[in-house]
Amino acid sequence: MEKFTTLTSRAIPLAIENVDTDQIIPARFLKATDKQGFGDNVFRDWRFDKHGNINNDFSLNNPTYSGSILVAGDNFGCGSSREHAAWALVGYGFKVIVSSFFADIFKGNALNNGLLPVQVSEGFLKSLLQTVEAHPETLIEVNLENQTISISNSDVSESFDIDPYKKTCMINGYDDIDYLLSKKEQIEAFEAEKIY
Amino acid sequence: MTTKKTLFDKVWDAHVVDSVQNGPQILYIDKHLIHEVTSPQAFNELEARGIPVFRPNQIVATADHNTPTLNQDLPIKDELSRKQLEQLSTNCAKNNITLYELGHKYNGIVHVMAPELGITQPGMTMVCGDSHTSTHGAFGTIAFGIGTSQVAQVFASQCLLLTKPKSLRVTVNGTLKNGVLPKDVILYIISKLGTNSGTGYFCEYAGDVFENMSMEGRMTVCNMSIEMGARGGMIAPDETTFEYVKGREFAPKGDDFEKKVAYWKTLPTDPDAAFDKEYHFDAEDIEPMVTYGTNPGMGIKISETIPVDDNSSFKKSLEYMNFKAGESLINKPINFVFIGSCTNSRIEDFRVAANFIKGKQKAQNVTAWLVPGSKQVEAQIINEGLNDIFEDAGFELRQPGCSACLAMNDDKIPQGEYCVSTSNRNFEGRQGQGSRTILASPLVAAATAVAGKIVDVTKEINETNVTLSAVVRSH
Ligand code: SF4
Repeated sequence: MEKFTTLTSRAIPLAIENVDTDQIIPARFLKATDKQGFGDNVFRDWRFDKHGNINNDFSLNNPTYSGSILVAGDNFGCGSSREHAAWALVGYGFKVIVSSFFADIFKGNALNNGLLPVQVSEGFLKSLLQTVEAHPETLIEVNLENQTISISNSDVSESFDIDPYKKTCMINGYDDIDYLLSKKEQIEAFEAEKIY
Repeated sequence: MTTKKTLFDKVWDAHVVDSVQNGPQILYIDKHLIHEVTSPQAFNELEARGIPVFRPNQIVATADHNTPTLNQDLPIKDELSRKQLEQLSTNCAKNNITLYELGHKYNGIVHVMAPELGITQPGMTMVCGDSHTSTHGAFGTIAFGIGTSQVAQVFASQCLLLTKPKSLRVTVNGTLKNGVLPKDVILYIISKLGTNSGTGYFCEYAGDVFENMSMEGRMTVCNMSIEMGARGGMIAPDETTFEYVKGREFAPKGDDFEKKVAYWKTLPTDPDAAFDKEYHFDAEDIEPMVTYGTNPGMGIKISETIPVDDNSSFKKSLEYMNFKAGESLINKPINFVFIGSCTNSRIEDFRVAANFIKGKQKAQNVTAWLVPGSKQVEAQIINEGLNDIFEDAGFELRQPGCSACLAMNDDKIPQGEYCVSTSNRNFEGRQGQGSRTILASPLVAAATAVAGKIVDVTKEINETNVTLSAVVRSH
């Protein structure tokens, strides 16, 4: 897993609520047996119509927006547990997703792939969306060590929560498997007592 | 300090191996279910890092998401699907994992086949790389969906690192009206609470309505817990649960069974145990439900009209569905009906449908697919002669699998068409690109297929005196 400490980038707005993982990566692209190539199909049915024509109204297709931060509406990543959604967002080049709320499984999947979910207040999200839409060149700074997200050259800033264990993993690029394997003896001792 | 514990606390606490300081807990997993879509990358990861599968005999695999529902005995035409299924077979063979592959008498949707084989038992922890793993909570099991990285973690250690979720209880007391099925109960709850009210919580369902429900019905309810954001849902194990588990293939037998029952009886929530959040509903207020939007929380009673809302996401959703705020869905012409998915593809669901359909005919304009959840359900449908009823009425009984629930195989609803579906998600394009899904119970689905449009099924059954509650209690 890649390490994450700080990021300064432009952002792409996605002012839609309840974005589900079926939209992030539709089921017909789940037939692969490796993690590669999902980025090409992220938000496929919003980026393209049925005939493969590009939808210019969709923010990811709008050349005025760029960057590795996605600013999305409330309850991002609901629905299916498919980790392919996180792979698709990472594959497309996103490193941070900002929303006022994340669905549980998506949040875990993102963290396990070095993609940082930054949960902000509704008010902050609103002003962030407005700023990015009005001034696409605005830079956003995310600092994981300090747990802050701010709009560059302004005093607009907010702190965000993250599980301390997950924070250490992100900063150092560790994953849970390493940790769990180090606990094997304890796990075996537990097994000797377990009910099932 | 109180020592009163909830059902969830009791099962969770019995599985904690250790706690990380200021961090998550290590939770031991009793059973790990896998399928072809979310497991290959986890197997790759382990192989690349040279880590063996730790407890292969606690893993059970099935092929379901990607399988065809016609001609299952023939080679699979779609190359990518075939490759994915072959990969599953290879991975299971290499790692000594039991696999019920396509055509096996135990094959089926993972959340249908595991309970019916007695793999799912009260008090267990179960996971699967699939969000509807919450289904198994119907047995008083902690069961939840995980991502592929976590599938790899469980392969490697039979454990997960997790922060204990908060607790939520939804109580529904009273008696359900004739024609109101478990699916309506959960669609009603989600329509009241919204799609993210459960995020961060594990939900317990309590009250007369769930106590009086069959195991099939309880599974339908727990299945959709994820649609309100909850990681899982649970119902306290009782005589109905023990009776269901008893005698099944992998259920404990003899003395062992009696010992387990004694333990299972200790699991229900202690009186006065506290929940972080509680909701109460009245069974009499529930009616057959339909959804009108593109998330499962956008549901109304079939007799109601679509609400009016100024929110832009709400409007986008209605636009996608081509519905108007304030209108009723009654009399909307429907060309596709799907009875299936891990929500409603158990024998009871097909009994309800058959009971209504018997002696009637499917409307000309409707394509009606019935997809059993497993080979065992399929066999039961044939055994009980339900297939004759379906065939006479013009319905198409297909072979088991996830099918049109997520349209990974050929079972897709065409662009722009409505489908009244017993599945669990009405997201944009869920049943095929551009398809429009209306979630409902098997009864509403059957009635739609017969009428060729949405009808107020309560009126109909009251006029014809069909009693559906009796069907629902039978197991
Ligand atoms: S039936 Fe649908 S919801 Fe259930 S496991 Fe299959 S794809 Fe998922």
